[in-house]
Amino acid sequence: MPACRMKGMALAEPFQTGHAAWATLQIEEGVKKQKAMALENLISTGIIQRDETPMEEEVVGRCRGCFSLADVMYFSKKGCEAVAEDEVTRRFSSEELLSWNLLSRTNANLHHVSWKLAAVWVTGILIRYCLLLPLRICLSVFSILLLVLATTVVGQFPNGRVKGWLSNQVQMICATLGIRCMSGLVNFHNRENKPQQGSICVANHTSPLDVLILASDGCYSLVGQVHGGLIGLIQKSCMQTSQHVLFERSEMKDRHLVRKKIREHIADKAKLPILIFPEGTCINNTSVMMFKKGSFEVGGTIHPVAIKYDPRFGDAFWNSTKHSMMTYAFNVLTSWAIVCNVWYLPPMVKEEEEDAVHFADRVKAVIAARAGMSVLPWDGGLKRKKVKESFKEEQQKKYCQIVIENGSVGNGNVC
Amino acid sequence: MALLDQKNNNVSITVFILCCVHTIMTRKENGWQEHREDFQRIPELAINPLGDRIINAFFPEGEDQVNFRGFMRTLAHFRPIEDNEKSKDQNGPEPLNSRSNKLHFAFRLYDLDKDDKISRDELLQVLRMMVGVNISDEQLGSIADRTIQEADQDGDSAISFAEFVKVLEKVDVEQKMSIRFLH
Repeated sequence: MPACRMKGMALAEPFQTGHAAWATLQIEEGVKKQKAMALENLISTGIIQRDETPMEEEVVGRCRGCFSLADVMYFSKKGCEAVAEDEVTRRFSSEELLSWNLLSRTNANLHHVSWKLAAVWVTGILIRYCLLLPLRICLSVFSILLLVLATTVVGQFPNGRVKGWLSNQVQMICATLGIRCMSGLVNFHNRENKPQQGSICVANHTSPLDVLILASDGCYSLVGQVHGGLIGLIQKSCMQTSQHVLFERSEMKDRHLVRKKIREHIADKAKLPILIFPEGTCINNTSVMMFKKGSFEVGGTIHPVAIKYDPRFGDAFWNSTKHSMMTYAFNVLTSWAIVCNVWYLPPMVKEEEEDAVHFADRVKAVIAARAGMSVLPWDGGLKRKKVKESFKEEQQKKYCQIVIENGSVGNGNVC
Repeated sequence: MALLDQKNNNVSITVFILCCVHTIMTRKENGWQEHREDFQRIPELAINPLGDRIINAFFPEGEDQVNFRGFMRTLAHFRPIEDNEKSKDQNGPEPLNSRSNKLHFAFRLYDLDKDDKISRDELLQVLRMMVGVNISDEQLGSIADRTIQEADQDGDSAISFAEFVKVLEKVDVEQKMSIRFLH
């Protein structure tokens, strides 16, 4: 009996140590996960806690309508918060990754970590540049040739239902081919909400690939600026078969003309839904910036679409201030893949008492919530332009209203 | 790092440094020098009425660029004052985020010519920056006069640093001039 018990205990011991080892491992994994989550939060939610107390609460000391030498502290704090973490300009460069995805362009400081990693990286380079790139270039050349040829052929047909159907097919096939060229994997959700004819489709803008992705699942008329070069060629071919609304950039500034053309287009129910990117420029897919109100003023049904790219496989964002179109195309063709999710959201209509700006913000919030991005009230145009002086004047006016009471300096109260 | 106080093992300091590195690395790709134009490109700073004065605070005397060390020195003023740091030894140099140094930062925002005094003209200029065009010269002048009258104790019609501190002795400077870093 004792012998058996001893044996039993002897057997149980390794089991117990094994159990303890497993438990320790679990705890270590849990700690690692927590650290990873904390780091992810750091990168995604920001590094400082923004003080959201409004100016009135911060500045007002013991009395309203008086000036205090401490008022300058509110402005200095707000200013240094902006210096420590700038919400706006970081949207105009590529998103930071939590862990490196073996693309040299996403590694800010290339330094040696280990030989194993370097070997994996070199293998990755060989695969991407020597295997994938030639295949993708061949396929893209083929698809562009096919597009030009097919649109020329279909363009010869007399206008009618057959031509319309054929041009839709051509557009969708070429767009799908284009996505395959860059190893694109697109997941479409809620297809029942797909935009109907005679409506306006709005989406957040990250790159020219957005158009390709949406065009592979439906046919749209595009509003955009006229480009030169390769895109210009594609645009000209598409114009032969469908009705697109193209502008010179100088004409884009004439909002009335734009609105008129859009209004005419959607009034014709037989025409394809019109695709608009209200941000006006490419943003890096971490937040949705100000939607310009032009397309929300014309009336009609708005079908919001949310597009979210997975940054681990490749960076789809086109930083037009840094890369030309060719460089961007090269980067896309040498990434691992372009993976994205597209959500078709339920249609929205402007309410009676709502103004266009409020409606635009409402649509923007819906898109951002669906795609898991933050909302910024700032204009995407700040990528190139400086911020308008009127915003500073607004801040100054706000401060005046606190310092002055009833239009006078009160009894000259100074706190 | 002698910049911050002596408790170098403190996790919050490490995170503070990490966060500053993060902000610089995300904004500047070539080298660790910042120029005035880089600051002016920040929209939230551009609409701040005292934006120019704050940018000035980052740049040392007469220079047009600031390095990482200088950048951090200025931002370090806004580090919150931890309770357990209040009762440490007084032998070391005063930490940059002490109440006195925070007040000094605010004082330097007013002191345009860096002569350690806020004259009536300087106060008027800063007030004009804060209110824009919404208040007339006379009203602004009277605000400036009354402010100096209340604060001035040695009768030189200017506010020295000691007088500045005395006026703001009841103000919760620690709360007004602290930026909390998330960690």
